[in-house]
Amino acid sequence: MSYSQGVTETVVNSNKAVNRKKIKKDKWVPYLFILPSFLIILGFLFYPIATVFYYSVQHYDVSAPYYNGFAGLENFKEIFTNDKMFIPSLMNSLKWVVTEVGLQLTFGMILALLLNQTFKFRGVIRAVAFIPWAISGVLASTMWSLMFNEHMGVLNDLLMKMGIVDEPQAFLASTSTAFTSVIIAELWRGIPFFAITLLASLSSIPVELYEAARVDGASRWKSFIYVTLPQLKNTIVLTTLLRVVWEFNNVDLLFNLTGGGPAHSTTTLTMYIADLAVHGSNFGYGSALTVVSFGILLVFAILYLKLSRYEKE
Amino acid sequence: MFTANKKVDKLLTLYLPLTMLLSFTIFPIYWTLNTAFKPEGDIVKRPLQYMPINPTTENFVTAWTNVGFATFFKNSLIVGVSTVLVVLVCSTLSGYALSRYQFKGKRSFMIMLLCTQFIPRAMMIIPLFVIFKNLGLISNPLSLIITYTAIEIPFTTILMSGFISNVPKELEEAAVIDGCTKLQALRFVVFPLLLPGIVATGVFTFIYTWNEFLIALMLTNQQSKFTLPVGLSTMMGEFSINYGALAAGSVIALIPAVILFAYAQKHLVNGMGGAVKG
Repeated sequence: MSYSQGVTETVVNSNKAVNRKKIKKDKWVPYLFILPSFLIILGFLFYPIATVFYYSVQHYDVSAPYYNGFAGLENFKEIFTNDKMFIPSLMNSLKWVVTEVGLQLTFGMILALLLNQTFKFRGVIRAVAFIPWAISGVLASTMWSLMFNEHMGVLNDLLMKMGIVDEPQAFLASTSTAFTSVIIAELWRGIPFFAITLLASLSSIPVELYEAARVDGASRWKSFIYVTLPQLKNTIVLTTLLRVVWEFNNVDLLFNLTGGGPAHSTTTLTMYIADLAVHGSNFGYGSALTVVSFGILLVFAILYLKLSRYEKE
Repeated sequence: MFTANKKVDKLLTLYLPLTMLLSFTIFPIYWTLNTAFKPEGDIVKRPLQYMPINPTTENFVTAWTNVGFATFFKNSLIVGVSTVLVVLVCSTLSGYALSRYQFKGKRSFMIMLLCTQFIPRAMMIIPLFVIFKNLGLISNPLSLIITYTAIEIPFTTILMSGFISNVPKELEEAAVIDGCTKLQALRFVVFPLLLPGIVATGVFTFIYTWNEFLIALMLTNQQSKFTLPVGLSTMMGEFSINYGALAAGSVIALIPAVILFAYAQKHLVNGMGGAVKG
């Protein structure tokens, strides 16, 4: 055993000596390996982002190209002083992000705690509970539009059976219910993300901590507050941050279920930008709005990480 | 007495809430399936049928042939498979470099990868449209393949470098000592051990491309080039919606994603947890 180990070591050592020359020659190897990834990221992630900043100070309208040219800060001035959509859509973004992330975190935590217990068919039930994670925003939209629909939707049918409403409601077309409806549909799709990441961290908490808490006579609620939550803190901070950024930018359900309506009641800032980009032609103005929303996200991310005192292990 | 209490406790803290959450998860999927198998006339008929009384597959035929889901399916498949192949090659290479080599600029490269995770996707649609318009690639699957590859590479590189780090370096060195060339060692020792990780990475990439909507909408303006999400979205926006065909189209888009997900979901808890914990 020790003999063969010794031999291997000598071989490895002599190999190292031989390799020393090779190492110099191979210096370019890792660069060659990362080159394709580097170029693609540079060309199709960083370059587009850079051009957004460039377009934001340009008059750039595809349908009126004769006005195109340097604009200075005019687009930004327009946003902050003249745009009647800006502040309402920003408020809708705030409402959207806070409700979504709050609800998704709460229900995701409950689901993770449930799935972390031992019971029969746990593997299958976990898989089923996570299915919405794999379902696209558009698909979630079609499914929930079939649920909310006033002619054939099951939700109206159930509510009428329970006597809560007298006649079928067009949930997605009414200003009083449209926002809540999209919130529910997006919640459906978002719970698994939190459940998956929290479950991964939950299973890595040492059992001894819970045993010690039980010996000290802690109730289940207390051991959740004093053992589970502190152990999950870093995961919670990072997942909520990622999710806030993600939900702020997510328009798939808003776009397909309400299109930002009725009466702009579900138009978030990103929905406003997406609408300008897809249906409009004023790319300069759209870019300026994008830069503003990027700035908002950046400030939020920095503040959030500072305030939560996030520490990397 | 004690066991009865325990049972009640288990019911209240586990089975009841779990059943409620699972019903919430399953019901929209069930309702879509239910609608897809009803004849057009039965869908809006009251009382609503919670099970199709006259089950039929006519909605699937309509969606597949008349609405064009055969084409959307094919387009999504082309974009998805191509993206997966390019992403796997690029991210295995860069993941290998990150896991096995020390080199100048490695830290900067990793920071660059992390930064990309905070780039809002919606921020890219205007510049991407301009770039691909100038390249003459609007409504060309190539534009989607390139964009999706760029978006996926940072995450999959980090994922792959983790998987590669799990393969002991000594195994590779031992194979070289035993007379393998470096490439042979990679092919016969590292690759087989890496295969589950490669498959999981490929599945996650495929699901992303299969589901992506906003960029595909922005970069495609011919119906013959629509991917499934764009096709579904367009159908939903039409004035008179054929609910049965819409439900059937949703089922068509749903099946591949769910099958792949069922296969890869075990890696999800480990892989995503690991990536988030970073």
